Amino acid sequence: MGRQLLLEHINKPGIRGLEAYRANGGYRSVEKALKTMSPEAVLEEVKKSGLRGRGGAGFPAGMKWSFLAKPEGVPRHLVVNADESEPGTFKDRYLMERIPHLLIEGIIPSCFAMGVNTAYIYIRGEYFYVARILEQAIGEARAAGWLGRNILGSGFDLDVHVHVGAGAYICGEETALLESLEGKRGNPRIKPPFPAVKGLWQRPTVVNNVETICAVVPIVNDGGEEYAKIGIGKSTGTKLISASGHIKKPGVYEIELGVPVEEFINSDEYCGGISGGRPLKACIPGGSSVPILPAELIYRTAKFETRLMTYESLSDGGFQTGSMLGSGGFYVFNDTACIVRATWNHSRFYHHESCGQCSPCREGTGWMEKILYRFEHGLARTDDIDLLWDVQRRIEGNTICPFGDAAAWPVAASIRHFRHEFEYHATHPTKVKDPKHCEKEPIPFPERSYAG
Amino acid sequence: MERSTTNHTGIKPFAFSEQGLAECRAIMARYPEQFRKSALIPILHVAQSEHDGWLSVPVMNTVADLLGIQYIEVYEVATFYSMFHLHPVGKHVLEVCHTAPCMLRGSDDLIEHIGKRLGIKPGETTKDGLFTLKAAECLGSCGSAPMLQCGAKYHEHLTIEKVDQLIEELGSKAERSNYTDHLDTPAGNGTTASA
Ligand SMILES: Cc1cc2nc3c(=O)[nH]c(=O)nc-3n(C[C@H](O)[C@H](O)[C@H](O)COP(=O)(O)O)c2cc1C
Ligand code: SF4
Ligand code: FES
Repeated sequence: MGRQLLLEHINKPGIRGLEAYRANGGYRSVEKALKTMSPEAVLEEVKKSGLRGRGGAGFPAGMKWSFLAKPEGVPRHLVVNADESEPGTFKDRYLMERIPHLLIEGIIPSCFAMGVNTAYIYIRGEYFYVARILEQAIGEARAAGWLGRNILGSGFDLDVHVHVGAGAYICGEETALLESLEGKRGNPRIKPPFPAVKGLWQRPTVVNNVETICAVVPIVNDGGEEYAKIGIGKSTGTKLISASGHIKKPGVYEIELGVPVEEFINSDEYCGGISGGRPLKACIPGGSSVPILPAELIYRTAKFETRLMTYESLSDGGFQTGSMLGSGGFYVFNDTACIVRATWNHSRFYHHESCGQCSPCREGTGWMEKILYRFEHGLARTDDIDLLWDVQRRIEGNTICPFGDAAAWPVAASIRHFRHEFEYHATHPTKVKDPKHCEKEPIPFPERSYAG
Repeated sequence: MERSTTNHTGIKPFAFSEQGLAECRAIMARYPEQFRKSALIPILHVAQSEHDGWLSVPVMNTVADLLGIQYIEVYEVATFYSMFHLHPVGKHVLEVCHTAPCMLRGSDDLIEHIGKRLGIKPGETTKDGLFTLKAAECLGSCGSAPMLQCGAKYHEHLTIEKVDQLIEELGSKAERSNYTDHLDTPAGNGTTASA
């Protein structure tokens, strides 16, 4: 087992409460930052750590913080992104539900570094019960003097509020999230201006994922350099992976970045192997928005290098033969899964969740869903594959926010790697009317090579 | 996503309970005075719980008046978010996740089973008004699939037997299941996000 910086204490009895949390070393980072460090020094440690945003895009956290505008007399805000709606991702819920004080602790040195006095945690509405857990923990922290006025006599004031959403995937996109937090529909904003300049209520704002902010705790405690020793290259530290699908042990795992994908899937420490004793068929390593990888490209890259759980290795080969680490929503398909059905399922999701502002996204997601419905139900022809390809191609890059790309990429990757399954659906209409056809008779893998 | 606000069965006037109003005021205090519209979504949750789990036009108008904003500003928000119901719903809304990771672990069979047992399709409510079946998108519980949400509670690692038992239990439960419920278990939801 690698180092556990976030989950080390997660199974300790009573860790949800302040007393047990404190007894296990909780809030040390606040004492250290507020009593012995300057805001600039905290920022410096986060920069040195190489910590990258854990919400999906992997943008360096220290750099984002240093972009925060500081006009005279205008309050700034930190907004924690706890919207967690990317299919396949459930790590933030695990953290907030089990060890809520870790997030609250992380918020304090983060706000101290950025000169923020009011932070909001925007949590998806479905996690209402988690919001209650957070509110209770905030109450405890405030009563104990970790939040409020003049924390630890440092002169630093901080309030933290929880804000519940109401069911909309797009509110995970940071500018849609800010609109939603202002009491509006979750329509992403045109950028620039970026939130660091004009964010919540037009004030300078940093939006960070729950896990990113939690990682600030070990970074302040042990120093950025110590944190950066874990991992490989620009993928430093540990990452929570939400593992699900056809594996023996679904769950949230904290890995040191750099674990080989093969080990992650098969080792008993992690996923424990493919369920049902079946062969591995495909894997989506970073949430539904990232390209699917076929069996041949999961353990090894097209260059026959070992594929590692890092930002770089998972994207090796670009979209032709690679994917992305994304949010770490890692789901695995064995050969009983139908890729056409899964792709239809994803496109239904994106059609349902499009905010509707841009025509390519609003209309394109609807078209993709319709065409994929036809494939899944044995109503499509082989040349509809090209039609589908054409529709997805016209969305990417033509929209206000990256949701459009996120809707198009999974469709493109499915066609790229599993065209034979689409052909099978077009040519076996009676067979594929049974949604369980792959369980009964898996579609044969074609002979092919990605080398070169 | 529901888009219609024109449900004229909801002509009953609406007023918050005293406790509900206190909750709304506490929510409003979280935001600067001049930006109190920010309280809209959290307040709509309170309102929905106080109005049998759905938002009628009078409910939305009451919320608008409380926040001092235009009615349309409430309608446009209420129609955008999937957790706001614009039509009457059953006492217990069973929201079964059917997104890919749950599908891989049998959510389609679960939806089919519940539908047959209750005699309804996703989106419909039983005649006795007890249950609404909804197919939901990823609820952040893929590692415990298949799963469903009912009110605040996540029911995970479901099997046909477990879901049958759940329907029995809910059928005889006195209170409605609301998102805003306080879960009584000391372990919160007692969920098992990890193996
Ligand atoms: C469609 C869409 C959905 C997103 N959903 C989430 C989400 O649920 N949680 C999250 O932390 N970031 C999400 N993001 C990324 C955020 O926009 C933003 O990059 C992130 O919160 C920044 O935090 P980080 O730098 O700490 O990762 C989403 C982005 C897009 C385009
Ligand atoms: S790309 Fe889609 S989700 Fe994003 S702003 Fe445009 S319509 Fe909305
Ligand atoms: S796919 Fe069902 S909870 Fe995520």
